[in-house]
Amino acid sequence: MSVDLATVRKIAGLARIATTDAEAEALLPELNNILGWIEQLGEVNTDGVEPLAAVIPNHLRLRDDVVTHDQTGGGIRDAVLANAPQAEHGFFAVPKVIE
Amino acid sequence: MTDLTNLGIADIRDGVAAGTFSAREVASAFNAAVEKGRPLNAWLVETPDHALAAADAADAARASGDLKPLSGVPLGIKDLFCTKGVETTAASGILKGFVPQYESTITSKLFGAGAGMLGKLNMDQFAMGSSNETSAFGDVISPWKRNDGGNAALAPGGSSGGSSAAVSARMAPGVTGTDTGGSIRQPAAFTGISGIKPTYGRCSRWGVVAFASSLDQAGPMAKDVRDCAIMLEAMSGFDPKDATSLDLPVPAWEKGLSGDLKGKRVGIPREYRVDNMPAEIEALWEQGIAWAKDAGAEIVEVSLPHTKYALPTYYIIAPAEASSNLARYDGVRYGLRDLPDGANLQEMYAATRADGFGAEVKRRIMIGTYVLSAGFYDAYFTKAQKVRSLIVRDFEQAFEKCDVLLTPTAPSAAFGLGEKSADPIAMYLNDVFTVPSSLAGLPAMSVPGGLDGQGLPLGLQIIGRPLDEQGVLNAGLAIEERAGFTSRPGQWW
Repeated sequence: MSVDLATVRKIAGLARIATTDAEAEALLPELNNILGWIEQLGEVNTDGVEPLAAVIPNHLRLRDDVVTHDQTGGGIRDAVLANAPQAEHGFFAVPKVIE
Repeated sequence: MTDLTNLGIADIRDGVAAGTFSAREVASAFNAAVEKGRPLNAWLVETPDHALAAADAADAARASGDLKPLSGVPLGIKDLFCTKGVETTAASGILKGFVPQYESTITSKLFGAGAGMLGKLNMDQFAMGSSNETSAFGDVISPWKRNDGGNAALAPGGSSGGSSAAVSARMAPGVTGTDTGGSIRQPAAFTGISGIKPTYGRCSRWGVVAFASSLDQAGPMAKDVRDCAIMLEAMSGFDPKDATSLDLPVPAWEKGLSGDLKGKRVGIPREYRVDNMPAEIEALWEQGIAWAKDAGAEIVEVSLPHTKYALPTYYIIAPAEASSNLARYDGVRYGLRDLPDGANLQEMYAATRADGFGAEVKRRIMIGTYVLSAGFYDAYFTKAQKVRSLIVRDFEQAFEKCDVLLTPTAPSAAFGLGEKSADPIAMYLNDVFTVPSSLAGLPAMSVPGGLDGQGLPLGLQIIGRPLDEQGVLNAGLAIEERAGFTSRPGQWW
């Protein structure tokens, strides 16, 4: 399957990456080369093969349903906001989204 | 006194314990080497004070008889590990200025074991690359030169290229690396050092900037196998903060080291004899087989029939996971924000990501977005996960016939900076020998085997069964003892 310019623009939109026309045109052959190369997986017979879910057998653990007191457990608002490009009144601030 | 920067981790640990030199002398010597090595561009942040503080603590611990496993050992930390209070960018412009408010599990384990930090190491941006040419902060230059008098700047490998350069240039006795498709082993091979990627789940990924979560695994890179074993012991262990962390005890790998391979079967996968492999790589592989035999091992040929599909599988799965992981960089919570005049929220996301990500990162996010998009998910992503099952099965069947596998680490010696960067697929093919074991989550290491005709290091790779890091380290030691690799780059910087 090869992609066209409209598809490149659509992927860029889904990926939330602003792309100029020139950049989309430059990406087109690159993406098609890579997609053409990965097409070779079509040669492999995978009938009846389960897709791999976990590479090393492990099971998901459940932790006790209690408030934790480590650094992931809340009460660290200033630390959470410390790297924000714009933080106001204890919140992350973004451009206005409601007219 | 000999130059302390020539010493490895075990020598430093033992010398500090014996009082042969102080930890402060060691840290000062490496701090000076880091400063002198700036032309290599291996460090993004230098933290001499951290190294000195840990050294002073080590010297105090010796006085009070309270030494820890890594007391007195200063380390370099790949910039993928979040370090509290020290800028961490994953070598990407989008994280410029990000100062973590927390410490990754791995670095807190290493510092808790007494180690100090010399600085943060340059790398391929978000660990995407095999040459260290995708960093937003410039290429790392390998300390190695070809002996042809041409003086070409060579790649230190990637993505842990700052890490490999730091050890081979004697700017650090040991460093952390991370390996998603070979990012510890290939740079180790390119620079004549050792590095091991443990079994997936041995090392916590908490606080490590994520690239492809089902593949990423941290590991040590150091001068030799023993130093890798020491560092890996300090890095490994269960972490409740990482859902994929294995809840298993950490074996005493250093204590268990033995280069005697009697009774062991070393498998040689026939599919790793790829087309156009340089004769010198073939010859090194044959030499490695002879060394394994000399160490008492029985050599058996094995087959890994899906080897040729590992790279295309990887280049679906890794970008897919990356496109998801890197969705968090949107200019809201940390890092760069690009807000064009009058832009709305969506436009802010798109402008920030266009500005902050490098070309290779964008390429992989785009591929990942495409293979996960409606209508293509089954054809690409599910298909790749099925082929991944077959690759895992290949290894399981091979390990019925042998205990470890022996292969070359990379299909070439270090290439020149700029030689492959125009062709993404040519660059991806450099990982042909390391990617399959990454897809299978297996422990694997690279040890230096010799030099090619141009005087550049070549590595041999040992791949082991899940959780058999000891078997991998021991086979690595057997080869190291026989290879007698002592070459080091001349100090031209």
